[in-house]
Amino acid sequence: MFGWEFPPFNSGGLGVACAGLAEALHRSGVRVTFVLPRAFPIAAPFVRFRFADEGEDVYDPSPYPSAYPSPQEYEAMEAAKGGGFDRSLLGEVRRYARRARGIARSELFDVIHAHDWLSFGAGIEAKRLSGKPLIVHVHATEFDRTGGHSINREVYECERQGMAAADAVIVLSNFMKGVVMRQYGIPEEKIVVVYNGIDTGPPAAFSAGNAAGSALAALKARGKKIIIFVGRITLQKGPDYFLRAARIVVERDPNALFIIAGGGDMERQMLRETARQGLSHKVIFTGFLRGEELASLYRAADLFVMPSVSEPFGLVALEAVKHGTPAIISKQSGVSEVLRHALTVDFWDVDELANKILSVLRHPSLATTLQENASRELPHMSWTNAAQKVQALYRRFVSWIGV
Amino acid sequence: MPSVCFYFQVHQPMRLKRYRVFDIGADRGYFAETGETNRNNERVLRKVASKAYLPTNAILLELLRRYPDFRVSFSFSGVFLDQLAEWSPETLDSFRRLVATGQVELLSETYHHSLSFVFSREEFRRQVELHRKKLKEIFGVRPVVFRNTELIYSNDVAAEAESLGYAGVLAEGADHILGWRSPNFLYQPRGGANIRLLLKNYRLSDDIAFRFSSRDWAEYPLTAPKFASWVAAHNGNGEVVNLFMDYETFGEHQWADTGIFDFLRALPAEVYKHPNNDFVTPSEAIRRFPPRGIVDVPHYISWADIERDLSAWTENSMQQDALRQLYALEGPVLASRDSSLIEDWRRLQTSDHFYYMCTKWWNDGDVHKYFNPHDSPYDAFISFMNVLHDVELRLPQKHRAQNMEHGA
Repeated sequence: MFGWEFPPFNSGGLGVACAGLAEALHRSGVRVTFVLPRAFPIAAPFVRFRFADEGEDVYDPSPYPSAYPSPQEYEAMEAAKGGGFDRSLLGEVRRYARRARGIARSELFDVIHAHDWLSFGAGIEAKRLSGKPLIVHVHATEFDRTGGHSINREVYECERQGMAAADAVIVLSNFMKGVVMRQYGIPEEKIVVVYNGIDTGPPAAFSAGNAAGSALAALKARGKKIIIFVGRITLQKGPDYFLRAARIVVERDPNALFIIAGGGDMERQMLRETARQGLSHKVIFTGFLRGEELASLYRAADLFVMPSVSEPFGLVALEAVKHGTPAIISKQSGVSEVLRHALTVDFWDVDELANKILSVLRHPSLATTLQENASRELPHMSWTNAAQKVQALYRRFVSWIGV
Repeated sequence: MPSVCFYFQVHQPMRLKRYRVFDIGADRGYFAETGETNRNNERVLRKVASKAYLPTNAILLELLRRYPDFRVSFSFSGVFLDQLAEWSPETLDSFRRLVATGQVELLSETYHHSLSFVFSREEFRRQVELHRKKLKEIFGVRPVVFRNTELIYSNDVAAEAESLGYAGVLAEGADHILGWRSPNFLYQPRGGANIRLLLKNYRLSDDIAFRFSSRDWAEYPLTAPKFASWVAAHNGNGEVVNLFMDYETFGEHQWADTGIFDFLRALPAEVYKHPNNDFVTPSEAIRRFPPRGIVDVPHYISWADIERDLSAWTENSMQQDALRQLYALEGPVLASRDSSLIEDWRRLQTSDHFYYMCTKWWNDGDVHKYFNPHDSPYDAFISFMNVLHDVELRLPQKHRAQNMEHGA
């Protein structure tokens, strides 16, 4: 498998999904070698890691590039640091692809599985060298990331070439399958829908043992009702719709408190807008949370909202449900195809979003029914199910895999 | 023997429009959705009338005229009759013509097709009385047999019906109450000396109502001669075969192109071909046959789903919350003496609203099996609770304060 990030060195859902899938494949007997573009002090019992920069004599101390900035943002970030490398994101992607040849030469494998456009080039090179089948796994497209505005042609081209060169294309939902067929001209028979999964271990008990946890506990004690947004603050995720709904809700329910957990290119704009509307005491920005702090937020929340404009899947919604939090999700999301016991809205219908937020806050029975039923359906959305579908796809090309 | 006893339920709820938080205090047209949705009551009624009620009534009228001994019975909800009067008077006239043959019995029920028996006995009695008045007014008929909403039944229902003077009551012939016994006899409810129980033969009823057009069914296609032979097979071990079903079976649940109308048209002649087989109404069955045993039903049963209990309307927290808050308003709403407020509150009691909130089937694959005019059970609940909030705001000030459970 070629990937770009892996927990705990991840900036979002891509790394989480790669780890979840790899672990479930391992459980069903598939041996996974996971390739990352650069060396990290990382280990996991279920995969063997390879780093594409192994053996290079120049140690590169710069921080790991996130999977999410646009090439322009990335260049701006890197230019600020200086240094002699080809520091464009596309440069990184090309270098990864070149180095993938060395990996392909030195490994024994049956199938190449590349995650998202950042590693498609690596996958194509490995296929060219080995002649082994290539499966590309599309976790998001440039159309989702940009909302269809100002598509980066080079990124689009990387995506299109990867999908065209692949023997099969995995997408996260029927919603996304439509995008891939329409925008990338990929024939339907090459596309397989594999919904993301979620591991449903026993939920940890609420602990206020971290800063976020104790702050949230204090808010709850004062009767606040907490509505959360978890994700990057960027056009694709619809944070502006969240804010507009918040304004309507707080007029009618003074105890409603909105929390936005994440960072992103629209963060400053959102902060300004919040202040301009006099909502600074009703809308809190926490920055990017992970681990126990994020878990505390999910557990403390009365309601999770995912107003995404275009969401290939939306794993955060399942994370919320796993922590016992009812969810409102946009109809323009892949997860709405599998999570039946959530409230759904069109992302642009701010009035309806506010209507549903207020309804959940007013009627505990609504939250209870959502929560009870959703936790019942969650076990059907495991990574094990996802891995079974992926394994079935592998067997189309290599009959002995995982037997 | 045996005699076939047809009872058709004819009901359409007043479905709620999509009613948002912002409509509270601003919009009283709770049931007045317009446009191309299935929440548009006028649209649904007109469609079902032309696809189902009018053609089926025409066939029944023809059959009743041709066979003077042919019998059917109907139970109309009051909310259905109101909708006919407003939007399809010609359908109401065609029902009147059926009743005028003297071969059609009308049954008693709650005006608003409600669950009031379970939640408020006083309100239940008021709605039964309202319904009796309506039947008298429209058809000039006094019903003598009672059927409760969704065939919800227990010993208590029988006792209540008996005390109201009814000669009989209808119920589901559920396996777990009958055990080895057959539904094809008349029974006496436990504790009811002067009232008889008619139990639905759910196998034969569902052969028509649910399986008629199912190609996966071994007996497909179901023909009138075949069905009549199944009825006749009960000769010697049954006295009355109770075929209870929704009237919308004919033309709406089973479309015309399934052959359901031809089946109905041919059925009486095929039944009569078997010696001693005929048709009765419920009250005729009660006069003709003695009770063959006592049936004890301590807990509620209904004709819904496999469970045959109340879970379709009362299982989840939303349904329980909605019902509790709705019936909590009984005192203040009635005390208001505001007739339009009282009528709106009663329309909210119609069982369908709670059925739409049922989450039992809201999983992949099952979605289309059950008709829900709302986008989901959750949307059904949200509109209902918002409307209920508006109803509360219409109460006189002194009642409002103590009953308001919602936030500002």
